[in-house]
Amino acid sequence: MRLVGLAALLLITLPAVALGLSGASASSPAAALVTAAVSVTPPQKGTALSDEPADAPSRRFSACTSCHGPQGRASPEGYLPRIAGKPAGYLYNQLRQFREGRRAVPVMTWMVDRLPDAYLHEMAQYFAEQHPPYPRPQTVTLDAASRERGRLLVTTGDASRSVPACTACHGKALLGVQPAIPGLLGLPQDYLNAQLGAWREGVRNAVAPDCMATIAKRLAPQDIAAITGWLASQPVPAGARAAAALPAAVSAAEMPLECGGLTP
Amino acid sequence: MRDGARKAAVAALALLAIGAIALILMMRPWLAGRSSGLSAMPGQTNGQVPVAASNASTTLLARGAYLARAGNCAGCHTARGGEPYAGGRPIATPFGTVYTSNLTPDPETGLGAWSADDFWHAMHEGRSRDGRALTPAFPYTEFTRITRADADAIHAWLRSLAPVRAPNRPNGLRFPWNQPLMTELWRIVYFRPAAFVPDDARDAAFNRGAYLVEVLGHCGACHTARDSLGGPDGVAFAGGELAELGWYAPSLLSDREAAVGRWTQDETIEWLATGINRHAIAAGPMAAVVTASLQHLQPDDLQSMAVYLNAIALPDSGGPRVQGLGRKIVLPSAGDSMLAAGERLYAKHCAECHGDKGELAAPGYPPLAGNRLFAMNSPVNAIRAVLHGGFAPATPAKPRPFSMPPFGPQLDDREIAAIVSWLRNTWGQRGTRVEARQVNALRPVPVD
Repeated sequence: MRLVGLAALLLITLPAVALGLSGASASSPAAALVTAAVSVTPPQKGTALSDEPADAPSRRFSACTSCHGPQGRASPEGYLPRIAGKPAGYLYNQLRQFREGRRAVPVMTWMVDRLPDAYLHEMAQYFAEQHPPYPRPQTVTLDAASRERGRLLVTTGDASRSVPACTACHGKALLGVQPAIPGLLGLPQDYLNAQLGAWREGVRNAVAPDCMATIAKRLAPQDIAAITGWLASQPVPAGARAAAALPAAVSAAEMPLECGGLTP
Repeated sequence: MRDGARKAAVAALALLAIGAIALILMMRPWLAGRSSGLSAMPGQTNGQVPVAASNASTTLLARGAYLARAGNCAGCHTARGGEPYAGGRPIATPFGTVYTSNLTPDPETGLGAWSADDFWHAMHEGRSRDGRALTPAFPYTEFTRITRADADAIHAWLRSLAPVRAPNRPNGLRFPWNQPLMTELWRIVYFRPAAFVPDDARDAAFNRGAYLVEVLGHCGACHTARDSLGGPDGVAFAGGELAELGWYAPSLLSDREAAVGRWTQDETIEWLATGINRHAIAAGPMAAVVTASLQHLQPDDLQSMAVYLNAIALPDSGGPRVQGLGRKIVLPSAGDSMLAAGERLYAKHCAECHGDKGELAAPGYPPLAGNRLFAMNSPVNAIRAVLHGGFAPATPAKPRPFSMPPFGPQLDDREIAAIVSWLRNTWGQRGTRVEARQVNALRPVPVD
C-alpha cells in the first residue's frame, strides 16, 4: 500500500514540482525592503569597543549602532534616522511597532523579535540619553517657492485641509517633546519622505488613532517634498534637546489630533 | 515492443491504483467515524456538547497550559502582533504557504464546536472535525503519539481562552498539493496513527525526555531531514535544511552539530532554558522555540530532555564528518586565497569584538574558536549570523542579551563567503569553502 501510494504521489507531483522550482526564485517584496532599508548605509567605524567594559550598552547594542551609527548618531547623508536623543517613549513605541508588525521594516522586526518590553525600554532609554553633536544639515535641492511653502506648512499648517503645523506637536524648535513625540530635525530627507509615504500607504502604523497617518493622507505629494526638504536643510543648534512638555496651551488633551501613541 | 507493452502496463496499473485509492479515501471519513465510535472510552464526551471551561478543574487547566507551552502551539498559531492562539500566521513550506488556524473557542471561526474527541482526532489522526485530512504542516506525524490525557488537558485549556473571532485563511498550497487527494496519498506513504510506548529498558527520565522531544516538542519536524515530498527522510534527528526559512536545523546526533554528548547535563539544561551557554547560542527558529516554549518548562522536564538528548548523541561523532551519498568533499588547501582574504577581513571587521584568535566573548557566551557553528556541514547558519546578525534570546534568566551587527549591508557576498570559509578552516576546524552564491541565496530570505 505504501509503495503504491508513493508511486501515485510521485506520478502526480512530478510536473508540479518542476513548475514549483521555476517559480521559487521570485523574492518577496518584504525581502526587497530589507535590502532597501539597510543597503544604503555607509559602514560606521570609529567606536573603540575594546575600551568599553564587557557589559557596556555599546557592546550589547552593537547591532543597533552598526547601522544607526555610534551612539545612534546616524549620518545626514544616509537613509537611516538618527536615534540619539529622541525621546525614550517615542523610541520604545517604535521598537514595539516593529516587534508587533505595525511598522513594516523586516530588518528591524528581525532585530527586536521576541525581546521583552523591559529590554526595549532599556534600549530606548540608552539612545534617548545620547547627545552626540548634530552634523551640518544635508544640502537639499528645493526652489525658493517650495522652500517657503515647506516653511509655512511646518510652522503654520494648512487650515483649508485641516493640516496642523508640525510645530504644534513636535515642539517649537522641532526637536520633539518628552516623553513620546520625536524631533524632526537632523534627519535625511529620504527618510522623512519614506515615513510620510509609509503612513499614506499604511505600512507605517501607530496605535490607533494614528494621527500621523491622518495628516499624511491630507498632504499632497508636492507638499511632502516641500516639508521634508525644508526640515532636512535646517541646522540644529548645539546643545539642543527635546522640549520637556508641550506649551501649556497645547496639553495632550488639546492637541490638534488625537494620537494613540501618546497615551501611556 | 515488449518494453513498450510493459511500460503501458505499468502506467495502466498506476492509474488503476490511483482510482482505487481515491475510492478508498472517499469512504475513509465514514470508516474513521465508525472506528472512533467503537474506540470511544466510557466517560468521554464523544459527540456530546463539550465540557464547559468553568467545569474543568484549575489543575487540569494549568496542566493544559503547560503542555501547550511544551508543544509551542502558540508559536505557530499566533500571527505577529495578533491575539495568542487566534492563528493566521503564515507557514512557508516548499509546497506553498499554509496559514495556521484559530484555536480559541470561537464557535464559528475557532474550536468552539470541537469536543475533546474532535481535538483528539486532530492530534492523533490528523483529521479535522469534518473528517478532512489536515495538512501535515501541522505536525500530527509527531503529535499522533500524544497521550489522550494530555490532549484532553490541552483541549480543556484552549476552551478556557477568550474566544477570538478570526476566520481561518485558506491555505496557499500550490496545485496539486491543495487537493485533498494529495494529502490522503501523502498520509498513506508517511503517516500511521501511533501511541507512545515507553522503553522499559530505560529509566523514567529518558522516557519522559523522549516524549517531550519526539512527541510534544515535535523537534523532529525541523531536526529530521525531509524528502522532496515533505516526508521524513533518513535517520531521525540527523539534521534538516529549512530552505524556506533559510536556516539549517542541526543534527541532534553529531557532536559536530547540535548533539549534547560532550556537554554536562547542567550545560544542556542551561541551553534549553536560555538558548545560551558557553558552547552555543540559539538563533532563528530555535531562539523562537527557546523563548516561546522551552524557557517555561519545569526543571525536571528540562532534565529529562537533557537525559534523552545525551542518550541519542552518537559517541565520538567528532571524527571525520559524515557526508551525503557519493558526494566527494574537497577541503581547501592551506594556501587558498579565499581563506587568506577571510583572515584579513576577520581582522578588520570581527576581531575587535571576537578577539584575534576567536577567544573573546561576552560573559557566558560562546567564543568563536572551537564553535560548532563552523564545524557543521551546512554553512547556512554561520552565513546567516554574519549576514543578518541579531540579538541572542532573552529569557528571565538572561534578560539583557548581547547582539551581533548585520554585516549584509557592509560586506559583499564574496567577503562574507571568505570570512565564513576561513572560520570553517581555522583554530582546529576543517571544512569546505563557502561560495559567494551561497551567501547571495540567503540575502533575500524573509527575516520577519
